[in-house]
Amino acid sequence: MKMAAVCGSGLGSSFMVEMNINSVLKELGVTGIEVAHYDMGSATPDLADVFFVGGDLADSAQHLGNVVVLDSIIDMDELREKVKAVCVDNGLL
Amino acid sequence: MNSILNILIDIASTPAILVALIAVLGLGLQKKPISDVVRGGIKTFVGFLVVTAGAGVIEGSLAPFGEMFQHAFNMQGVVPNNEAIVALALTKYGTYTALIMLAGMAFNILIARITRFKYIYLTGHATLYMACMIAVIMSVTKMSAVPLVLVGGLALGLANTIFPAIAQPFTKQITKNDSVALGHTGNFGYALSGFIGKYVGNKEKSTEDINFPKGLSFLRDSTVSITLTMGIVYTIVALFAGNDFISKNLSNGTNYIIYALQQAGMFAAGVFVILAGVRLILAEIVPAFKGISEKLVPNSIPALDCPIVFPYAPNAVLIGFLTSFVGGIVSLFIMIATGTTVIIPGVVPHFFCGATAGVFGNATGGVRGAVVGSFIHGVIISFMPILLMPVMGDLGFQGSTFSDTDYGVTGIFLGKLADMGGQIAVVAGVLAVLALLIGLTVFGKKKVNETKEAA
Repeated sequence: MKMAAVCGSGLGSSFMVEMNINSVLKELGVTGIEVAHYDMGSATPDLADVFFVGGDLADSAQHLGNVVVLDSIIDMDELREKVKAVCVDNGLL
Repeated sequence: MNSILNILIDIASTPAILVALIAVLGLGLQKKPISDVVRGGIKTFVGFLVVTAGAGVIEGSLAPFGEMFQHAFNMQGVVPNNEAIVALALTKYGTYTALIMLAGMAFNILIARITRFKYIYLTGHATLYMACMIAVIMSVTKMSAVPLVLVGGLALGLANTIFPAIAQPFTKQITKNDSVALGHTGNFGYALSGFIGKYVGNKEKSTEDINFPKGLSFLRDSTVSITLTMGIVYTIVALFAGNDFISKNLSNGTNYIIYALQQAGMFAAGVFVILAGVRLILAEIVPAFKGISEKLVPNSIPALDCPIVFPYAPNAVLIGFLTSFVGGIVSLFIMIATGTTVIIPGVVPHFFCGATAGVFGNATGGVRGAVVGSFIHGVIISFMPILLMPVMGDLGFQGSTFSDTDYGVTGIFLGKLADMGGQIAVVAGVLAVLALLIGLTVFGKKKVNETKEAA
C-alpha cells in the first residue's frame, strides 16, 4: 500500500508530513507501506492509495479520491490517530 | 599522483557529484542499508542534473521576455522567482552552494546547541536557495575557498536561527503553542506584517468570519497559478511589443500572442522541472539533517515551511495573496513612473509569502491587519530586489532575482558589507551577529532585536 502527503508546492510541508507519517508507521510497527510527497499539480489518484492534505487544501484535493484531511499538519497526535485509522481500515493493524 | 588530484578536484567541483556524496555521507551516518545509500546518492545526483536542465528551460523563456519587455517599454524588466534564479546560479556556483549548505546546517545545529535560540531549520529548499545566494555574494568578495565556505556557512546558520526567532512571537499566537517555528525565506516580512497588524487592526474581526468563494482555491496549485499569471504578463508585454517585432525577431513567424503564451507555459514548465529536481535532492539530505539534529540539540524547535500556518486561517491566505499581489502591481507602476529597474510581480513569492503575511497580519489585526500587513509586504518584496540585485555580481543582470524578504535582508546586509569593506567587513559583520546571539543568551534578554539584522 502507498500513502502520500500533498501540499501546494510539494517541497516543505508535504515532505514534513511524509516524514511524520513514516515515524508514526514505525511507532505502530506497520511495515511495507511506501510513503511519498507531491505537489498539488502532480498528484493524481493513481499515485497512492490514500492522500494526506492540510485542511486548507481539502477542496483542491477532491480529485484525488481517497483523501484524509488534517486539521493541523504539525499535530502528531492527530496524524497518529488518522494514520492508525487508515491502517486499521486496510487490515494492517 | 597529479592525475588523482585532478580527479578529486573535478569531483569536488562537479556539484551534482558533490551533493550526491553529501547525501551518501548523511545516509551512511544514519547507518542506512547499502541499497538506501546507493539509491539516495543516485537520486540526488540525477536531481541536481534535473535542476540544471530546468534552468535551461527557464533561461530559454526569460531571454525572449527580456527582449519583448525592452522593446515594448524601453526598460529592463525582472521577474523575481527563487527557483529560476537559483537554477541559473547553481550552474556556476553549485559547488560553493553545496558546501555552504552543508556547513550552514552544521552551524545551525551548533548555534542552537550553544545559544538559547533552539531553532533547527528543516525547510530544505529554503536552506538550499539561501546557501546559493550567499555563495554568489561571497564569491563577489573573492574570498578563497575554505574561508568562503566557513563564513558563508556561518552566515547561513545564523540566518536559519535568527529568522525563525523574529517570527516566533507571532507564530506562537497563530499555532497557540511554542513547539514549532516558521522556517521560510519570508520570515522578516511575516514578522513585519504581524507587527503592523497589531497597530492598524483589531484581531477580534478575523478574516475567518468572512465567507470566501471556494472557486479561487485552484490557485493553490502552483503550476496553474504560474501559467495563468505569466500568461497574462507575457501577453500584455507581447501586445505592447507588437506582432511585427516578435514575429520578425523572436518567434520565427509564429503569431505573437501564441508565441507569448507558449513562452509563459515554458516558464511554468521550467519551474515544474526544477521543483522535481529539488525534491529529488532534498529527499535524502533533509531526513539526515533532522536525524542528526534531534540527537544533538535537546529541546530544539523545528522551523518548518510556511504552509504549516495556512490551515489556521484559509481566508487570510487568499486575502494575503491578493493584497500582496496588488502591492506588487502598485510598486510596478511606481517603478515605471520613476524609471528604475522594473520588478514584475512574481506569482510564487506573492502567493506563498503574501499568504503567510496575511495569516500573520490576521493573527494580530484581523481583516485590516491581514490587508495592510500583506499589502506592505507586497511593496517590500517588490522594492527589495532592486537593492539586492546590484550586490549579486554578474547574476544581477539575468532577468530574474531572489524575491522573499529574508533573501533581501541577508543579501543586502552581506552585500553592503562586502561593498564597503570587502572580505574583512563581511567576516566582522557575520561574527558580530554571532556575538549578539551569544550575548543575548548570556544576558538573558527577552527579545531578539530584529532591526539589528536588517540594518
